[in-house]
Amino acid sequence: MAPPSRLGDKAFEWLTLAMALAVVLLVFLVGWQLARDSSLAIKRFGFDFLVTSTWDPVAEQFGALPFIYGTLISSLIALIIAIPLSVATAVFLTELAPLWIRQPITSLIEMLAAIPSVILGLWGIFVMIPWLRDYPFPFLKRYFGWTGLFTGPIYGVSMLAGGIIIAIMILPIITSVSREILRSVPNLQREAAYALGATRWEVTRIAVLSYAKKGLFGAVILGLGRALGETMAVTMVIGNTPQIALSLLKPGYTLASVIANEFTEATTDLYLQALFEIALVLFGITILANLVAQLLLKTVTTASTTRAVQ
Amino acid sequence: MTSTRTSNRHYWRKSKSAGVAIIAFLSAVLVISPLALVFFHLVKSGATSINWNFFTQLPAPVGEKGGGMANAIVGTLELLGLASVVGIPIGVLGGVYLAEYGSTRANWGLRFIADVLNGVPSITWGVVVYGLVVLRFKSFSAYSGGLALGLMMIPLIMRTTEEVLLLVPNGYREASLALGVSRWKTIVHIVMKTASKGIITGILLALARVAGETAPLLFTAFGNRFWNRDMAEPIAALPLQIFSYAISPYDDWHRQAWAGALVLLIGIFLINIVVRFLTRGRAATVL
Repeated sequence: MAPPSRLGDKAFEWLTLAMALAVVLLVFLVGWQLARDSSLAIKRFGFDFLVTSTWDPVAEQFGALPFIYGTLISSLIALIIAIPLSVATAVFLTELAPLWIRQPITSLIEMLAAIPSVILGLWGIFVMIPWLRDYPFPFLKRYFGWTGLFTGPIYGVSMLAGGIIIAIMILPIITSVSREILRSVPNLQREAAYALGATRWEVTRIAVLSYAKKGLFGAVILGLGRALGETMAVTMVIGNTPQIALSLLKPGYTLASVIANEFTEATTDLYLQALFEIALVLFGITILANLVAQLLLKTVTTASTTRAVQ
Repeated sequence: MTSTRTSNRHYWRKSKSAGVAIIAFLSAVLVISPLALVFFHLVKSGATSINWNFFTQLPAPVGEKGGGMANAIVGTLELLGLASVVGIPIGVLGGVYLAEYGSTRANWGLRFIADVLNGVPSITWGVVVYGLVVLRFKSFSAYSGGLALGLMMIPLIMRTTEEVLLLVPNGYREASLALGVSRWKTIVHIVMKTASKGIITGILLALARVAGETAPLLFTAFGNRFWNRDMAEPIAALPLQIFSYAISPYDDWHRQAWAGALVLLIGIFLINIVVRFLTRGRAATVL
């Protein structure tokens, strides 16, 4: 019998290596392409692009500040809503819930993660926005208007609505990653606290949550990365108005939304270049968020834990 | 005296624990409630518009009742086919490398980059493919849409493939190598074959994930109100059609949007159910 062919082995190894290197290539390809196609705009506006707020395609003046502001604020709102709910749900699923209910709820959360952004946006436009406009928004305006966060006319489409829809989008990922993190806490931790006479909540707080702090932080940053880049659902409910306003009831605009809305309408080269630069900014901040998140998660968990939830 | 204080305190600690349990339970209910709400409204507003025409007709012009999304449904399937051509070979073979070859350190880095790549916003892929393909060929096309979705699938499939290959016991590899089978044949015929269910699961999950993507298609596939006759021309897709109908001012189109969304979501859920069926008993290893 002929000995196994070394050539075939080498060829196969090189082939698979080339495919694995595709991920590295893709990161550079994206960065290079976005930088190349926005070079004119970068040269023309320089640093001002990031800190000025005039967005006027006719006068060819482009400043991305309102979009950066909108992206950050809507993501912040989403995190404020999603963090407590997700972490509490993860605690429920790992520490408190009866065993038989854990798997069904986990499956439901996976199904929530599977809902496409555009469908959530559709629901947002026709169900959530009218409801927000009729009940919670007038309430917020009436009782919390003095804070300045809830003033002005109520349109429904608003920064707050955008934040809420993003929160729904990132709830599943923060919940599942947090759940994996909490599951990886050694049982010895819990047993030691129980042995000292701690109640269930005290065990969770002292032995589990404080132990898992770093990983939970990673889960939150991962959620932030998703929030920053969320496009369709936000575009459909945030109102798409480039303005910087304190009131969360006013419409806003995000980096991802302006790309989605204006990309095919960009009539001049500079306009298109400015939009490419917006994509570059978005790519930069999401890569950064994901780097931090993965570093935090990789140092506390095994490979299977950081698997992105779909 | 002391004992009452202790028991009071004990009682307080117990009730605090119970209180937190209730809050945690309510949070879980709140987290899954959007799923129920969205599904309820999809069925309520969409089910009535789903009929034979919906699956066989082209979209009707404004003001005309009826019409369907046949072209968008077929378009989405075609785009998924094109995406598979890009995403499956690169993803699966890359996953093979991560599981079977390479050094621990280098693979840690590749895995890391794949996970970071997974977090890149989907709209970025649309913009990049627009710059690389659409601008060059001066036309929106099915090819570019498929490419954008395919690129998104690569890190997803790569990571799931790697994970299921690592589950194959080393004894299988050793037995095969000991019989004189070459390494690559061992990997293809023994390791990958053993893990084939898991690999397929990963592929299906990746397809389910990109099937609902709209943002990468906005400036690549672009959408089309008619049948696509040439892959180098714009093509309709279900998510794109839902989006353009949802933001239109016409009630008829809104109804179609709901119907399209219901069909799309049922399709995605069906894939997920198939996956669950394939992975019965070891849910934790996949996903």
